[in-house]
Amino acid sequence: MLQETFSYPVLTALIFWPMVAAILLILFKDDEKVRRATFGASLVEIALAWPLLSFQKTPDFQFQELLPWVNSWGLQYYLAVDGLSLMMIWLSILTLPVCILCSWTYIGRRIKEFHICLLLMTTACVGVFSALDLVLFYIFWEVLLIPMYLMIAIWGGDDRRYASIKFFIYTLAGSTLLLIAVTALRIEGETFAIPELMTKDFSFNFQYWVFLAMTIAFAIKVPMFPFHTWLPAAHVQAPSAGSVILAAVLLKMGTYGFLRFCLPLTPAASLHFAPLMIILSLIAILYGGAIALGQSDIKKLVAYSSVAHMGFVTLGIFLFSVRGLEGALMQMLNHGIITGGLFMLIGTVYERSHSREITKNLGLGKNLPAFMFFWGLISLASFGFPGTNGFVGEFLIIIAAFGATTRIGGVDLPLIGLLTAPGAMLAAAYVLKVTLKLAWGQPSSAKNKYWKDLNLREWVYMLLPAVFVIT
Amino acid sequence: MTGFINYPLLWPLVITFVAPFAIMLMGRNKNIREGISFVAATLAFLAVARFIPDVLNGIINKQVLFNILPGLSLSLCLDGLGIIFALIAPFLWCFATSYNIGYMRKLNEHAQTRYYFCFGIAIFGAVGVAMSANVFTLYFFYEIISIFTYPLVAHHEDEESFAGAKKYMIYLMGTSKLFLLPAMALTYILSGNLDFSLGEINRGMFLSHDGTFKTTLATAHPWLIQLTYGLYIAGLAKAALMPFHNWLPSAMVAPTPVSALLHAVAVVKAGVFSVSRIILSGFGAQIMHDFGLSLTTAYLAAFTIVVASFIALTKDDLKARLAYSTVSQLSYVIIGVALVGASTLSEGTTFTANLIAAQGGLLHIGHHAFGKITLFFGAGAIYVATHLRSIKKMNGLGRKMPWTFGAFGLASLTMIGIPPVAGFVSKWYLLNGAVNAGQILLMAALLASTILNAGYFAPIFIRAFFYKPDPDIDLDHYHEAPLTMVVPLVFTSLVSLTLGLYPQIFQKFIQAFLGLR
Repeated sequence: MLQETFSYPVLTALIFWPMVAAILLILFKDDEKVRRATFGASLVEIALAWPLLSFQKTPDFQFQELLPWVNSWGLQYYLAVDGLSLMMIWLSILTLPVCILCSWTYIGRRIKEFHICLLLMTTACVGVFSALDLVLFYIFWEVLLIPMYLMIAIWGGDDRRYASIKFFIYTLAGSTLLLIAVTALRIEGETFAIPELMTKDFSFNFQYWVFLAMTIAFAIKVPMFPFHTWLPAAHVQAPSAGSVILAAVLLKMGTYGFLRFCLPLTPAASLHFAPLMIILSLIAILYGGAIALGQSDIKKLVAYSSVAHMGFVTLGIFLFSVRGLEGALMQMLNHGIITGGLFMLIGTVYERSHSREITKNLGLGKNLPAFMFFWGLISLASFGFPGTNGFVGEFLIIIAAFGATTRIGGVDLPLIGLLTAPGAMLAAAYVLKVTLKLAWGQPSSAKNKYWKDLNLREWVYMLLPAVFVIT
Repeated sequence: MTGFINYPLLWPLVITFVAPFAIMLMGRNKNIREGISFVAATLAFLAVARFIPDVLNGIINKQVLFNILPGLSLSLCLDGLGIIFALIAPFLWCFATSYNIGYMRKLNEHAQTRYYFCFGIAIFGAVGVAMSANVFTLYFFYEIISIFTYPLVAHHEDEESFAGAKKYMIYLMGTSKLFLLPAMALTYILSGNLDFSLGEINRGMFLSHDGTFKTTLATAHPWLIQLTYGLYIAGLAKAALMPFHNWLPSAMVAPTPVSALLHAVAVVKAGVFSVSRIILSGFGAQIMHDFGLSLTTAYLAAFTIVVASFIALTKDDLKARLAYSTVSQLSYVIIGVALVGASTLSEGTTFTANLIAAQGGLLHIGHHAFGKITLFFGAGAIYVATHLRSIKKMNGLGRKMPWTFGAFGLASLTMIGIPPVAGFVSKWYLLNGAVNAGQILLMAALLASTILNAGYFAPIFIRAFFYKPDPDIDLDHYHEAPLTMVVPLVFTSLVSLTLGLYPQIFQKFIQAFLGLR
């Protein structure tokens, strides 16, 4: 009904409005005005997404937009969303205003360029999550790299050059393989349209290689062990907003890829490789958690915790059970909110201490109670405290893991489940370790007058994740 | 608001949840702040007490708050087992508050508002654990207690307390994540949901009404039930069953009122209560019996009882001795509850639950609470008045602090189990239960521990009243602790005595719970 009254191509509007806004931004000169204009544009973006609320709860693709594009190659401008992509689109466009607010004072130079990058990234994210044509998808996928690279390389920390190049090389290498898979699918399946490809029944041999090519591309993005090393470097060097987008949206593109491409297009190969993927996920959970425990840099700690959390997501996907899949979807969304929130908080405290070392940010409980409140809340969610959103996804995945028994020596053992449990414990350990030091550590770092508690702007952007955390 | 009025089961929780925040807001005004604790404790107690008639009539009130997943919800209930703990926690909170006022103000402790806030939230968690209708709800409140008691244990913010609190957190959070969470996941798979089987202690949550397993997985792999059980017992470290008992002595770095209410009542009782709940409403007497879980658990508990008592003998620090005594006494509850699945009364293939032992165990939840809180209150009163912690230096102190040491002596009798004090009744049932189960060795362990209890409690009392004071200690300096401390401790010791004379007070609830009306 709603759709009929305001009939405009919603997805196209969502994709191109930020781009238009980015172009308009060139007209502004004053930094403050740039910030305000971008913030306004982000609110317009959310308003534009309003019709998406009328989404019907069916597995069909909705809000379809299909236009011929390059007829001779069979390329189409084909956009539509289902539940999965809708969830990710909401996450992307809600992240935008939050990112703008948390960079308000954090970013001190080249402000206009920074905001243009942010807007272009939103364009690419929405594009990735709504494209149903393989080439269109690939284009958005690649477009995203450039603003993200720039964001780390220009507004990053001291080691930004190394981190940005590492990020670029890793993801580009993955993308190349993705391009090969796209080409192979076109040759064998004779179309770029994903819904059409889903109906085709490819030979196992073909699936085998296409799966491998796509999986490496997505595994780098997730990142799965052993392709994870770019992530801590990128997270640590990126500015707050970059880290937030990286955690909330970019990593999800990997798992989105698994769900959108690997499972439907190459089901036989996915099943064949599932044990390998499960093992890699378990390694990510345990190894990521163990490494996180040893970090002295808060951002690195959260980055490695991302590796572990995303391990839960890939584990849930490749367990091939309903609960696992539900859990993976929830964990995807929740990880975005939680880790995004944690990075924002790290940003606020960095603005005060100018250090990401735990030892330079001790004992904030008394001076920054509001900060500690938000940090405590979100970190509880981060290790899956019952009653927070983090718990449900993790618990579903653990249930699914226990449901999948492994036959060893004639006995069915719930081996996968038993191996996830130490992962859950490690999560509690590293999160509590840093939380307790931030709250109680002595001597308190917050002595001078610059250490003020959260201001109104910081309250506003922290409330959003905080509300979502309590479910 | 009307919604809230219509759900009386929520009241105790809402009261105990709102009170800490009111305490925080009123942080500036000491008297109002502590007044809120009193009012909230009374109100919460009354809110629970209004369900007493229902419980005694065998009516179990249930309330689903949120459905998170199919078979996984946040839901409350109040039955004979839950109401005991739900009554004790706010009741003792009231006395602990009075005691707190004396202790904290006399010692001029810092961060008192934070202290009272966390104290209140811990009570909220304890009431929540008592009222949990499924494993998830139990887990939720159990974890709330863990998190919010950390600032209480680390209250002094010095190196010793941070080390103790760290150990506390590692033990409690580590075990609950490593064992309890998987146990919960396995339960969900094996039984299809997480709801306790309320109102019948034989069947448990894994069996359907005709005595077969609910799920095909459980039928195919019955040993998974044993694994789940093992994970629960290891995961509920608050019950301080060996080898996961070590956090309790470390937690003694906390101020004494914390040790008194939390490490004698709220936290550890949440542990043994959870174990009881899992055994009686989760696994059920039938499975405990069929899988041989009863005796395994009972022997582990017996081991804990004896070993902890021996360790207690070696401790000179009064609080450390009390801590090990707590470890030992908690296992009394577990031994009784575990023996529910071991009975020589069973004839042929039909199995009869050993309800005598279970009664003994559950009675001890209440009886131990009043005795142990008195002992800790006593230890705190002695510390406030004299700054003494070493038992050896307490010679002759009884003459200066007759009320404190008198109450302390009475509470010691509860621990030892001498009539007419409360401890005797539960011990009597436990011994009978052990005989019913045909386990002479367990009986011997219980008797041995009685002698050991006497061995480490009697000297304190005897030193205080009959020994000559040390030459380097001038008794004339010392006199009773403030009245706000002495009154609660004398009162709780008298409650112990009353419970010994009228054990029906708790027994009625337990009998309603066990179906013995």
